[in-house]
Amino acid sequence: METARKFIKTFSNVPMLGWLIGFFAAVLIEYYWGYDYISYYLGLPKIPVLFGALIMLKEPIMIPGAIAYDLIVYVIPILFIAKVSIFFTNRVAAVLEKTPLWMSAIIHLAFFYGVLHLWAGINDYRVLIVKLTLISIILTISINVINGYQGEFSCSHPGFMAIGAYISSILTLYFFVNDKTFGTAVLSSELGPWLFPIALIAGGVAASLGSLLVAIPSFRTRGDYLAIISLAFMFIVKSAVENLNVIGGARGMGGQPDYAPLPIIFIWTILCIWVVHNFVTSIMGKALNAVRDDEAASESMTVKTRKTKMTAFMFGAFWAGIAGGLFAHVLAYINPGMFSINRLAEILAMVYFGGLNSIIGSIVGAISINVLGEALRPLELFKWIIIPLILILVMIFRPYGLISFKEINAKKLLRSKHKREQGA
Amino acid sequence: MPALLNVNKMTHYFGGLRAVYNYNLNIKPHQITGLIGPNGAGKTTIFNLITGVYTPTQGSITLENENIKGLETNEIAAKGLGRTFQNLALWRHMNVLDHIKMAHYSQLSYGLIGSFFNTTKCRQQETQIEENSYRLLELFDIKQHADQIVTNLPYGAQRRVEMARAMATNPKILFLDEPTAGMTPDELGQMIKIIRQVHQDFNVAIFLIEHRMKFVMELCQYIQTLVFGELIAEGPPEVIQNNPEVIEAYLGKEDLT
Repeated sequence: METARKFIKTFSNVPMLGWLIGFFAAVLIEYYWGYDYISYYLGLPKIPVLFGALIMLKEPIMIPGAIAYDLIVYVIPILFIAKVSIFFTNRVAAVLEKTPLWMSAIIHLAFFYGVLHLWAGINDYRVLIVKLTLISIILTISINVINGYQGEFSCSHPGFMAIGAYISSILTLYFFVNDKTFGTAVLSSELGPWLFPIALIAGGVAASLGSLLVAIPSFRTRGDYLAIISLAFMFIVKSAVENLNVIGGARGMGGQPDYAPLPIIFIWTILCIWVVHNFVTSIMGKALNAVRDDEAASESMTVKTRKTKMTAFMFGAFWAGIAGGLFAHVLAYINPGMFSINRLAEILAMVYFGGLNSIIGSIVGAISINVLGEALRPLELFKWIIIPLILILVMIFRPYGLISFKEINAKKLLRSKHKREQGA
Repeated sequence: MPALLNVNKMTHYFGGLRAVYNYNLNIKPHQITGLIGPNGAGKTTIFNLITGVYTPTQGSITLENENIKGLETNEIAAKGLGRTFQNLALWRHMNVLDHIKMAHYSQLSYGLIGSFFNTTKCRQQETQIEENSYRLLELFDIKQHADQIVTNLPYGAQRRVEMARAMATNPKILFLDEPTAGMTPDELGQMIKIIRQVHQDFNVAIFLIEHRMKFVMELCQYIQTLVFGELIAEGPPEVIQNNPEVIEAYLGKEDLT
């Protein structure tokens, strides 16, 4: 315990930039030597995709090799480079600190994206996992607005997602693709990627209009009753889509153009984090918390509780719709079965695991559940024992989730760690 | 002097139960009015009726000659009726500063879009509200607790937070529902001081429900006594103190035979 603490303390003066550079180095090592040398000499069949989890679970004999690979490629280079580069990174971080926060944040994010792109680019499977994880982050943050900040127990999120997915798919298929149901493209397909955001936003707006069906009953009921109403909403959407043969019915709808490459999804995710963060840290957004904690007191303190509830639902649903639209264009195929109770369980697991009332918690929850879900795939059925077990443990020891009631402090996150050392 | 708040012949039924009957109230600017009465007399109901939690079955309520009956609670609050609650109604996951900031809600004009994109207008208003909130915190002597979650505060401080929060809505009349409930005699003295200070600094009228006679007699300029939803006596403290009906309602009838 003592040594662990000392070990962690050694790295307390590494700024965010240092970790990014460490990660960058690790990715470079993997990129240039990963396949030809490291995995070859360790006897691994190929580069481990998700830190070797899949290989380890499939063939236990490979466990030492996979662990060695992780150490050689990730752990050691990241720690080493991060620590060695502090004299340089701290200075750069100090310079960036003097620039406006948004500029510093954009530089960090751009660098992070570059590294992530390189890491994911090793194979297509990784790209897909990263894409789906980013979409899950949007979903989790959006449900956190309703279930965490607003404190309602809403189960209609897959429904909102479905509305967004279908509306944006219909728009892109109708306008930019020669499709057998919607006929020839109305506009030139070159315009597609540029007008795709409008299709997405249309999907989001449609989802937020749909959410009014749940928001308006929420003026009168809370808790269990609202959960039932919202669950009903989800099934209404699902069966409505199943019975609409124009959009494929239960067979689903395919052929969406590939307008959602990794950078686009990354930008949407960052946009979502930024907007939701702005909202929930403003007084207007904190009214959500006030209404959750004591509705009568909020009314007496001039808070418009109805407007606040409607805002929470419509805002959350909007982002769920965006996530649905991106999801449809990543998989290029959707069917109503995707937006059912399984999806709901996954979304709820992510938000309650990560932490209520916290964006950073949602990010952690989305990443952990997604990566766990992928990494434990070889266990097949046991995966559905292990993940719920972890959830139960989290609920016992941290009832509000791993990281709850905490907001991102970008300034603190990105600052140089040099000064603090001198000051202490 | 024209009345600030005027309640005329207000009657309210909960189903078949007559909770308030023919209630009249006239609050002048800068006046401290007390409402006393035994348990279940309908005092808190009267608060809820005036502040818009319930809409009275009959009667009229006007604030500065403007009808406020039938408006939403938040609209009435924004027009200048601040209140505290009998059992503290604080937001349990929020820190003290946010409580005070939240009560400025009706003064926000940046709109939802402003808050989504953190516009300059939004930032300016929020900074201004934050400064104002700190001033209030200082006045109520809770500035040192600003960053703490409100449930971690001692009881007396929580009461002060509630009061500061009510004052942040910029009220013309402050409704206090048993401000000293559950307080020690020590805290009681403090509370009297705070109420006096608020009364003076903010130039508000105060309407309070209280059980402790000492407190009411010391603070109020005008007292109403309510029994079973009906006023049985009203007047300055000296008059109420010696009114036989009030004594009867509180202490029971003296059996002379």
